[in-house]
Amino acid sequence: MAKDEQKIIGDVTNSDYKYGFYSDIETDTIAKGLSEETVRIISMKKEEPEWLLDFRLKAYRKWLTMEEPDWAHLNIPPIDFQDIIYYAAPKKKKELESLNEVDPELLDTFNKLGISLEEQKKLAGVAVDAVIDSVSVKTTFSATLEEKGIIFMSFSEAVQKYPDLVKKYLGTVVPIGDNYFAALNSAVFSDGSFCYIPKGVRSPVELSTYFRINTANTGQFERTLIIADEGAYVSYLEGCTAPQRDENQLHAAIVEIIAHKDGEVKYSTVQNWYPGDKEGKGGIYNFVTKRGMCEGDRSKISWTQVETGSAITWKYPSCVLKGDFSVGEFYSVAVTNNYQQADTGSKMIHLGKNTKSTIISKGISAGKSHNSYRGLVRINPKADNSRNFSQCDSLLLGDKCGAHTFPYIESMNTSAIVEHEATTSKISDAQLFYCQQRGLSPEKSIGLIVNGYAKEVLNQLPMEFAMEAQKLLSISLENSVG
Amino acid sequence: MLQIKDLHVSVQGKEILTGLNLEVNAGEVHAIMGPNGTGKSTLASVIAGNENYEVTKGEIIYNSKNLLELSIEDRAREGVFLGFQYPVEIPGVSMTNFMRTALDEIREYRGEKPLSAAQFLKYMKQKKALVEMQDKLNNRSVNEGFSGGEKKKNEIFQMAMLEPKLAILDETDSGLDIDALRIVANGVTKLKSPENATIVITHYQRLLDYIVPDFVHVMYEGRIVKTGDKSLALELEEKGYDWIKDELKA
Ligand SMILES: Nc1ncnc2c1ncn2[C@@H]1O[C@H](COP(=O)(O)OP(=O)(O)OP(=O)(O)O)[C@@H](O)[C@H]1O
Ligand SMILES: [Mg+2]
Repeated sequence: MAKDEQKIIGDVTNSDYKYGFYSDIETDTIAKGLSEETVRIISMKKEEPEWLLDFRLKAYRKWLTMEEPDWAHLNIPPIDFQDIIYYAAPKKKKELESLNEVDPELLDTFNKLGISLEEQKKLAGVAVDAVIDSVSVKTTFSATLEEKGIIFMSFSEAVQKYPDLVKKYLGTVVPIGDNYFAALNSAVFSDGSFCYIPKGVRSPVELSTYFRINTANTGQFERTLIIADEGAYVSYLEGCTAPQRDENQLHAAIVEIIAHKDGEVKYSTVQNWYPGDKEGKGGIYNFVTKRGMCEGDRSKISWTQVETGSAITWKYPSCVLKGDFSVGEFYSVAVTNNYQQADTGSKMIHLGKNTKSTIISKGISAGKSHNSYRGLVRINPKADNSRNFSQCDSLLLGDKCGAHTFPYIESMNTSAIVEHEATTSKISDAQLFYCQQRGLSPEKSIGLIVNGYAKEVLNQLPMEFAMEAQKLLSISLENSVG
Repeated sequence: MLQIKDLHVSVQGKEILTGLNLEVNAGEVHAIMGPNGTGKSTLASVIAGNENYEVTKGEIIYNSKNLLELSIEDRAREGVFLGFQYPVEIPGVSMTNFMRTALDEIREYRGEKPLSAAQFLKYMKQKKALVEMQDKLNNRSVNEGFSGGEKKKNEIFQMAMLEPKLAILDETDSGLDIDALRIVANGVTKLKSPENATIVITHYQRLLDYIVPDFVHVMYEGRIVKTGDKSLALELEEKGYDWIKDELKA
């Protein structure tokens, strides 16, 4: 039986990345390399106001003074920042009126991913802001949203149309010098999404963005800003897959979320970037800074992520619980396989009174991969009666992979209650035998067991997304583990 | 349907089955009894394909196929069902989802179309009634937090769902209260047909009051050492196993 498990894991580990294709859309790129000049060109190409150029330049100068972080559990090959193209945009054609006008190649890409805009529109009731490389290609459902006063558009468009809103919030949650990659992003970010839900409005649809990295050698620097004003609610979905490429591709995104009094933002990600081949070659480097600010009383921000891709993932969606009675949540499934490395987790910073946070992290490791949970729960002196519950589970497939847990707890208030639970388990021979005895193939069995293991997190995702995530887990576990 | 000839099985270098012979035909019910540790569960596991056990000699022919060459799942798809003595828990996987996946796989193997969601739920409802299974158990994870008796009932429910040709029930009666025993036994009886066969492994003759066996076998030290009819079970209940051991020594 143990032999069998080895074989299954071997099979699964050896299958190739399913979404390894890349589309050939004409792109407009600038020369490789990073300098103050590069920053100015990006800003100019995007016809940005002066203040935004200043913001970028300040960030760039800050970045020059910073050192690349050196994490104990990630083995990151040196990145040559001069060997990256910092701007790529699909060549501007005329404004698109309908899907018929969208580049057929692009539609084809979406079709391969099973996420055609048409289908999404009809079936899921999801407004899709499709981002290919760095510029938004298509925004749908804008009319419905407009009616409610919801702003959902590409970041660049928002800079032009709502400069005051952007200026008011940009960099308030993740300051330009927050960390090395945040500084880099602040200097050279290309595009992303902007979302504003006005007072008292509940978004009638889930807002969804599909990101893809599409041009060889293009660093991807997304910038997302989401604001829920007082009493507003939105559920926001981000999903991505990337074409198979030989060279490593850097991705350093920033997501900032602000929730005002009684506001709520639910942010869900399914991430499936090219993880590298069986030898660990290629694959995306994913260094993301995601942070939410629970600004007002009773505000709530929850992060749900399903991470199956990337060669290296470095990502800690966090919440700053500033308002009294505010709530922060983090639900995560991270799968690593072959030579993938993931260092992910969450930070919950309790500032306000009676604040509450929950962290549920499920790591799944296969192959020779390493999967680390790194979390921080900090209760500040004024955060009376605050609570945190953290649960970090690791599931190992095979005996060449590793799981590590680094929970940091800093409690500076004696009325706070912080609970932490951690488990490590393996899929047992007995479970596999049981499933197979009922007629399930070994791959199906592992897929089922792993999905069961991750259920608590998958349940947090919106319905259609959950199904997609389940499929993805099975694929990367068919193809990566089971 | 099933012919086992001179079966020798070892685990970790220790021989557990020592030349076992057994023949089961369609429509029959066989009971296997015997002292603890004589290899009853081992036999069941080997038929199902558990790879922890090494078959060193002998053969198992099932519907004129060499069973030992089939994978675990193909044996199941060919109609071999094992009701486990100790069913395992699979956290987070609902019984409904588990059975749906299993049935889909089996139907696909047989070249049948998968049932629609509605058909499946209807089918499941019928089968649940058969074993008087409570509704709530279906939404719970496979065996997770089930009581001992519920787990055993759940095995019979799964058997009802999968409609096997050869069902091996390993001590499905232990740990059942008297009502549950009746329900389980009735379930088995209702599922009985001239096309399928059942092997029940048990320590108690009381099960055999409900499931009337055509043959009762006594297993001892890795072999079947005595075969009789229902009266043999009664005799064992009364006298224990010593007289058989004595007979063997004589
Ligand atoms: N995986 C294993 N590793 C080592 N020994 C084993 C293993 N499985 C079974 N055995 C041994 O094989 C012998 C037969 O075990 P088996 O479970 O088949 O007995 P049984 O007849 O079903 O007993 P019971 O009536 O108690 O259920 C026992 O001595 C047991 O300890
Ligand atoms: Mg036994």
